[in-house]
Amino acid sequence: MTSPILRLNDVKTHFPVDSGFLTRKRTGTVKAVDGVSLTVARGEVLGLVGESGCGKSTLARTILQLVPTTAGTVILEGKNLTSATAGEILTARRDLQMVFQDPFASLNPRLTVYATLAEPLLVHRVVTAGQVRARVAQLMEKVGLSPQFMEKYPHEFSGGQRQRIAIARALALEPKVIVADEPVSALDVSIQAQILNLLAKLCREMNLALIFIAHDLSVVKHISDRIAVMYLGKIVELGPAADVIERPRHPYTRALVSAIPTPDPDRERTKKRLVLAGDLPSPLNPPSGCAFHPRCPYAQTKCQTIVPPLIPAGPNREAACIRLDEI
Amino acid sequence: MPLLEVTDLRTSFHTRSGVYRAVDGVSFSLEKGETLGLVGESGSGKSVTCYSLMGLVPQPPGRIESGRAMFDGIDLLHCPAAQLRAIRGKRIAMIFQDPMTSLNPYLRISEQLIEPLLIHQKISKADALARGLAMLEAVGINDAANRLHSYPHEFSGGMRQRVMIAMALITRPEILIADEPTTALDVTVQAQILELIKNLQSELGMAVIFVTHDLGVVSGLCDRVQVMYAGRIVETADTRTLFHSPRHPYTRALQRSIPSLQPKGRELYTIPGLPPDLSNPIAGCAFVPRCEYATDLCRATDPRLLPVDPTQATACLRVQAGEL
Repeated sequence: MTSPILRLNDVKTHFPVDSGFLTRKRTGTVKAVDGVSLTVARGEVLGLVGESGCGKSTLARTILQLVPTTAGTVILEGKNLTSATAGEILTARRDLQMVFQDPFASLNPRLTVYATLAEPLLVHRVVTAGQVRARVAQLMEKVGLSPQFMEKYPHEFSGGQRQRIAIARALALEPKVIVADEPVSALDVSIQAQILNLLAKLCREMNLALIFIAHDLSVVKHISDRIAVMYLGKIVELGPAADVIERPRHPYTRALVSAIPTPDPDRERTKKRLVLAGDLPSPLNPPSGCAFHPRCPYAQTKCQTIVPPLIPAGPNREAACIRLDEI
Repeated sequence: MPLLEVTDLRTSFHTRSGVYRAVDGVSFSLEKGETLGLVGESGSGKSVTCYSLMGLVPQPPGRIESGRAMFDGIDLLHCPAAQLRAIRGKRIAMIFQDPMTSLNPYLRISEQLIEPLLIHQKISKADALARGLAMLEAVGINDAANRLHSYPHEFSGGMRQRVMIAMALITRPEILIADEPTTALDVTVQAQILELIKNLQSELGMAVIFVTHDLGVVSGLCDRVQVMYAGRIVETADTRTLFHSPRHPYTRALQRSIPSLQPKGRELYTIPGLPPDLSNPIAGCAFVPRCEYATDLCRATDPRLLPVDPTQATACLRVQAGEL
């Protein structure tokens, strides 16, 4: 594989929690992202999955430097973003763009499609004023929208079309990396398929690296080359997409895979389901040792004390469980 | 005799921009103890169907244009409000999609949980609380005795949905209407809630109408499935038949666009176009503009839901003619 375009080294994003009204006191820290190391190659699609509250969205925001990083480095094409100045980050954002979950909230309702798509072009001065209109038309065609809708407002579009506009906006500066945070979760199945096809096509054509965040494993499996599974701020399993879903190693991934309802009544009624007890623990007060141990069917006493590192678990695969060989 | 029999239900919303036909001639029946899945994309009318049965459609702008919904000799759509109130929450209960907003944040769980009992039964508050506690335990809330008097914000999403289920089932209803009860939840929690509904159903012997857009959820839970499109039922079949031999072009297309059923790298099948605008009257079959098999006859004739098999009915002229 070529050298990665994006590299995360032991990234931590912690949020302080204060309480008290007159005298603010630091009462705790939410370790939303707690030591994540990842690489993404040019043209690669990395799927990031986990339950709500596991830190996927914070990781996305950390990569784009939308939240301050507590420790570790985010390196985009050799440039360390965590120590970059605001000006340098602005420049880096030309190469690093984001698509958000809710296309109803992520587009400015008062801007036409033209104004929405022209803004990044003008801010970054990538084209002259005379060329903006042609460029916007080109962008709209690229995401499958007719340029004749250029002067329409977001409310005149359906959810799927709005998500296309959001994708066009992310593509405007011809970035090298796109982080898409649950881009299809708000859409219906038939529309979801259209957007997935579009993203896959764009990655192929533009050699884009895509970090695709979702909680729906079947969607992630379909689009990703590799999958990273997150639990309470840490990556617990990483590997080629089909391998991770078909032969999950970490107990959490196994539970996640078995929880997906499959559209096949025979299999659905006979398969043994690994139903986890309880909810995701509070990140304010995470369990000791392996954060998954209170819900893990394989947990032993040692799991309560040892924090498992990500260790090799087969070809190109890693998992963070000290009982990998026993289970 | 079926427990609930809905005939030709039509519900529309009269807005400034026109009449929006949300439910356009829906007929179905529900047997005792049966789990019926109601599947469709957003705007297909599945929620409005349920809201109509429960008398929860705001009128105006909503209006029940026609239809009957017979439950134990009572027409739910046209009975006096007092009669419906005596049924709703007692013999037919409903749980909603969003557990975050369907509990009152100002009231303790205990007060909300036992409210249906206090309204519908002659029971002392102490006895009601005891029943409430037993119900919380039944839905799998740990340490229920201490949590009974908590406020909703002290519970997670999955726990709140369990509370909603406890509240709906505390009167031992004959029908539970579940409107996307797991859509807002994580998959691991969804698995817990589905398991819970299944277990409680077999214990209480109630019938369930389960509304969802997720065919995967339906496949494990439901006995029979109805697929809705543009306010109409386009196909109904027992679950195995629907998954193994869907007949209606829409059902087939829907199934083909599920990512997990397709090999990685292949382009996903997509249904071209968008669902129709329900504020315009639809001539013929509503799926015509997106259907690869549509003929001129489809554009002109409104297809009726007719049996094509002992266990399957399809509203498609070409299937009925044996051409598909």
